[in-house]
Amino acid sequence: MEAVNLRNVGHSIPKIDGLSIATGKPAYTEDLAMPHALVLKILRSPHAFAKIISIDTSKAERVEGVECILTYKDVPKVRFTLAGQSYPEPSPYDRMILEGVVRYVGDEVAIIAAVDEKTALKAMKLINVEYEVLEPVLDFEKAIGHPSVVHFEEDLTCNFDIGLHKEQNIVSSHEQAVGDVEKVLKDCEFVVEDVYYPQAQAHAMMETYRSFTYQDYMGRLVVVSSTQVPFHIKRQLARALQIPATKIRVIKPRIGGGFGGKQTGAGDVFAALVTLRTGKPAMIIYDRQETFSCTTSRHAMRIKVRLGADADGFIRAIDLEVLSDTGAYGEHASTVLSCVGEYTLPLYNKTKAVRIRGNAVYTNKMPAGAFRGYGATQGTFALESAVNKLAERLAIDPTEVRLKNISQKGETFLTGHGVQLGSTALDRCIKKGREMIGWKEKFPRQTLSGTKVRGVGMAITMQGSGIANIGTASAEIRLTDDGNFALLIGATDMGTGCDTILSQIAAEVLEVPLDKIYVSAGDTDTSPFDPGSYASSTTYLAGTAVLKAAEELKGKILDQGAKFLGASKENVIFEELSVRRIDGEGEISLAKIAEQTILGMGNLQLAAMATHGSQISPPPYVAGFAEVEVDVETGKVDLIDYVAVVDCGTMINPNLARIQAEGGIVQGIGMALFEEVRYSNLGKMETNTFMQYKIPCRQDVGNVRIAFEESYEPSGPFGAKSIGEVVANTPPPAIVNAVYNAVGVQVHHLPVTAEKVFLEMLKQQ
Amino acid sequence: MQIELTVNDKLVTWDVENDEFLADTLRAHGFLSVKKACDTSCCGLCTVWMDGKPILSCSILAMRAHGKKITTIEGVSQAAEEFARILTAEGAEQCGFCSPGFIMNVLAMKNELDNPTEDEIIHYLTGNLCRCTGYMGQLRAVKTYLGVA
Amino acid sequence: MFTVLDMAQPDKLEEAFEILTKRKNNTILGGCAFLKMSKKRIGTGIDLSRLNLDYIREDNGFIVIGAMAALRDLETNALLRDAFGGILSQSVRNIIGVQFRNGVTVGASVYSRYGFSDLLTALLVLDTEVELYNGGKMPLRDFLQKPYEKDILVQLRIEKNQRLAAFSSFRKSASDFAVLNIAVSNLDKQWTIAVGARPGRAVIAETASRALSQGHLSAEEIEAAAKIAADELSFGTNTRGTAGYRKALCQVLVKREIMEVLQCKSN
Ligand SMILES: Cc1cc2nc3c(=O)[nH]c(=O)nc-3n(C[C@H](O)[C@H](O)[C@H](O)COP(=O)(O)OP(=O)(O)OC[C@H]3O[C@@H](n4cnc5c(N)ncnc54)[C@H](O)[C@@H]3O)c2cc1C
Ligand code: FES
Ligand code: FES
Repeated sequence: MEAVNLRNVGHSIPKIDGLSIATGKPAYTEDLAMPHALVLKILRSPHAFAKIISIDTSKAERVEGVECILTYKDVPKVRFTLAGQSYPEPSPYDRMILEGVVRYVGDEVAIIAAVDEKTALKAMKLINVEYEVLEPVLDFEKAIGHPSVVHFEEDLTCNFDIGLHKEQNIVSSHEQAVGDVEKVLKDCEFVVEDVYYPQAQAHAMMETYRSFTYQDYMGRLVVVSSTQVPFHIKRQLARALQIPATKIRVIKPRIGGGFGGKQTGAGDVFAALVTLRTGKPAMIIYDRQETFSCTTSRHAMRIKVRLGADADGFIRAIDLEVLSDTGAYGEHASTVLSCVGEYTLPLYNKTKAVRIRGNAVYTNKMPAGAFRGYGATQGTFALESAVNKLAERLAIDPTEVRLKNISQKGETFLTGHGVQLGSTALDRCIKKGREMIGWKEKFPRQTLSGTKVRGVGMAITMQGSGIANIGTASAEIRLTDDGNFALLIGATDMGTGCDTILSQIAAEVLEVPLDKIYVSAGDTDTSPFDPGSYASSTTYLAGTAVLKAAEELKGKILDQGAKFLGASKENVIFEELSVRRIDGEGEISLAKIAEQTILGMGNLQLAAMATHGSQISPPPYVAGFAEVEVDVETGKVDLIDYVAVVDCGTMINPNLARIQAEGGIVQGIGMALFEEVRYSNLGKMETNTFMQYKIPCRQDVGNVRIAFEESYEPSGPFGAKSIGEVVANTPPPAIVNAVYNAVGVQVHHLPVTAEKVFLEMLKQQ
Repeated sequence: MQIELTVNDKLVTWDVENDEFLADTLRAHGFLSVKKACDTSCCGLCTVWMDGKPILSCSILAMRAHGKKITTIEGVSQAAEEFARILTAEGAEQCGFCSPGFIMNVLAMKNELDNPTEDEIIHYLTGNLCRCTGYMGQLRAVKTYLGVA
Repeated sequence: MFTVLDMAQPDKLEEAFEILTKRKNNTILGGCAFLKMSKKRIGTGIDLSRLNLDYIREDNGFIVIGAMAALRDLETNALLRDAFGGILSQSVRNIIGVQFRNGVTVGASVYSRYGFSDLLTALLVLDTEVELYNGGKMPLRDFLQKPYEKDILVQLRIEKNQRLAAFSSFRKSASDFAVLNIAVSNLDKQWTIAVGARPGRAVIAETASRALSQGHLSAEEIEAAAKIAADELSFGTNTRGTAGYRKALCQVLVKREIMEVLQCKSN
């Protein structure tokens, strides 16, 4: 469907839930919990790697108000993964709810359920655990072949061959090569080679992980969870708890941010287990410290890049070698690893050979998991930093190097199996961005005074829209008895606005005002299946499912209307909430159609259901430009201006797209300049509060300016692609490049701090 | 101990623990707009007013509210909604979890500062973290609301 | 989670002090932002709210600040904004946020003698006196060297004179703890340079201050004084910066703040 004369799609409609959540109406997990739910606390390992020799809970159990204390002796002996991925998951089944081995500081040792928090904490202090402390694997660059094996258990399994060699601490090995990289590199006039270290980053969503569980009147387990993936949580729980999936219902209320973090399960299993054991409602709320140190982060990586270009500046070879730190458990290890290449190599297609190789390794640190960008963020930092370096070697403006080398519409790329690129406005994004930032005047640097120098830098990036051949989404629309529409979706709005956007799509197709549609979403009992909101899939896949369902339903309404009007379907149209005969000889309102079909003797509720998956995952693009000011005496870097120009296909809701982009850019700025998950040399996380882990505050981010260059993606709803993730990727390489252009310091280890810049400047003098 | 205070213009008498913080007391009494996102007084989500001044309810002992006037967003619903409409028109409430505290501080700022400059606005709101929006949309909304756009 | 078994709200300082010293774990409650993060088990929490110590006023040539004044009061108080180049207001304006500063107290901030304290660095270059209930009055610099002793900080007294001053704080993120704090002041010919967040407690760079006071404030002398300050003080390493970096920063920032004071002078 072309995006012309649209009434809903393409309009900046406020979110349908916006006013109520903004003004604090009870809508989140904790708001909905029953007042007398048991409060859960988790006793966590103080050691990075240890075996539990003995555990004595008897004293703790005697504390008045303690309901139960569960240890590894009380859980099903079955391994599972917390990764929220479609079955069969490509993440290893390497964890149990509780185990006699603990693999990072913060790993769960015992679950305490009590009448209130104070009692639970009091009981926790009385649990006596004796550990045999093992030598931990902390440095991911030394994990392979380390004398300690993080997962030595025999019963660890995986649904796929992901290159798991647990005895070597390798959770996944990956290699993809097209052409002979070594040979092409040898023939290149210009070769650059460098190593980059994108760091672990914390999601730091404002609502911490939480889950509230109870058994309903049928004895079924109901889990109200702040999750992005209710259907996956249901499946996980069925396996981990060894109960039939029919006995579980997962409900996702409003959630306070996810960023991929809530694509991995957290406290759900603990609360669910307590409810099953006690029959009582239970509530677990991770505090901020647990959220920082006992959930997941972005994978820290080391990425070696080699790039080769010919004398004309065409990039002919790209070689990436990745080492990824997955921490103590392998959630998302193999897929994040492969995505490093999947979402970077297709950017440039004048290549003759490309390759990505690498390993994801186990270490005794908090697990890494899904995080907005999902490997693309790390890969973009490495590749784009190298491309900037190449541009300098070639003495070609970095924007021109990109324009020369990027994949264009209708073209193929080496790793793309011959599929043609359906849409791209990346060239326009680059041109627009450099104009907005004032590239011509400002590149590479401007000296403001004896102590202040400004530099500009840039990077481009791509992501996918859904997971090709795996991601699916279903939607159902019903004409309700009152002549309105119920839109049932499994997609999970986490503030992203998908409930609104999907309603807009339905309203557009059905040609009804938005307020005729209400949304019911995120409940595994009533929603059609959807893996959840991740992999930038919701607008693209769920959007198409909604579009299909709406079209089908509209056809049915026309059919019925025609029947009531005694006309053929070709001779009626839908207009102003009525079906009308083209000849003007009669009309019937939607309300009347509903009444006559559903009520009385109609015996026919009109509804349509559609499922959509895609064989391709069309990339959205961003060109990002940073202007920084560096204090040459102190190394301090201030971000002055950040321009991002985005191609997300058609914008279904421009304002929501803009906020996604601004938020993603600022998260990327955080990664570039401030954020870093750090551990002590004993493996304890040091950055486990907002005091020690600084996400950007509003004084830190300078000015962020977003512009859009729309393309039209033929496979997407109304031409839409995705935007959720792609926006997080450009700030690290663009800012690092801007600093380089200002003062000649190339930072390889993120984040860029004043001290790193200062020390490098000293070395240069 | 027992405290007597005014919450959103209603006089109430509450029993509180010595070491109970106001945010928890308020939530326990059904003021569910009050959110918390940290344990270190860093995020600003728990912002309410005490005698008209914005405070972090997570860090003020409940007993300190004795004899005071506490205002949550439920108590200024009209003004809150007026600003919330502008905020949502911008799309700048994403997950919305930070919004009630943010709105309380925006309204406090409006009461406290005359014609603030952009820098003054940013300074006043610095204690309100938001991980979703990147702050720009919030700033646009605030400027529209204050008529300084 | 900190716990408070009993709560006292004394009407007299005398009574407060008596309770404080009665048992080891009896504790004065300031704004509680710091106490809240501790795992402290407090016997009797002593709330000073009834003592009306939240004033900032001028008194016989002194600016007097009560222990229970909030940091936000320092920031907005007209008297303090005008005095000493407004450095007291400036020194606190980046601590977390307005709501936070409405809650935390001057008394706790000074009594606790935190190494990272912005306020202490600024107070140190002024003629600041600390008044303790039991320990009596003493110059701030003496107080900072005293070992911790249970007492109640009642108020600060700052001589209101024509001192010109400048303060700057070097931070990674705007609302983070400082990597380094610098304050410089000048009265008549006397200069005072203080450096905080080294990360140790703020101290005065005595030799550098003296050198500056004796010279003619030429560019070279200023540069030299800054270097002396960096050399005479000790610096440490924490997650916000290494000792070496702090030392280098110290030199740059001291120079800049001296220039800043000279700027206010010529205005
Ligand atoms: C997240 C966070 C970030 C911060 N960042 C900064 C920063 O960047 N720069 C900075 O300078 N400061 C910073 N601070 C410190 C802050 O400014 C206050 O100094 C601190 O919170 C103490 O004030 P309070 O009122 O909360 O004290 P409380 O927590 O109530 O008390 C702290 C201690 O002081 C004692 N005490 C309180 N009042 C008195 C009194 N009158 N006499 C004797 N003893 C007393 C208490 O018994 C307790 O031991 C930060 C604090 C937090 C929590
Ligand atoms: S909850 Fe974070 S400041 Fe109050
Ligand atoms: S909107 Fe989600 S934290 Fe602000």
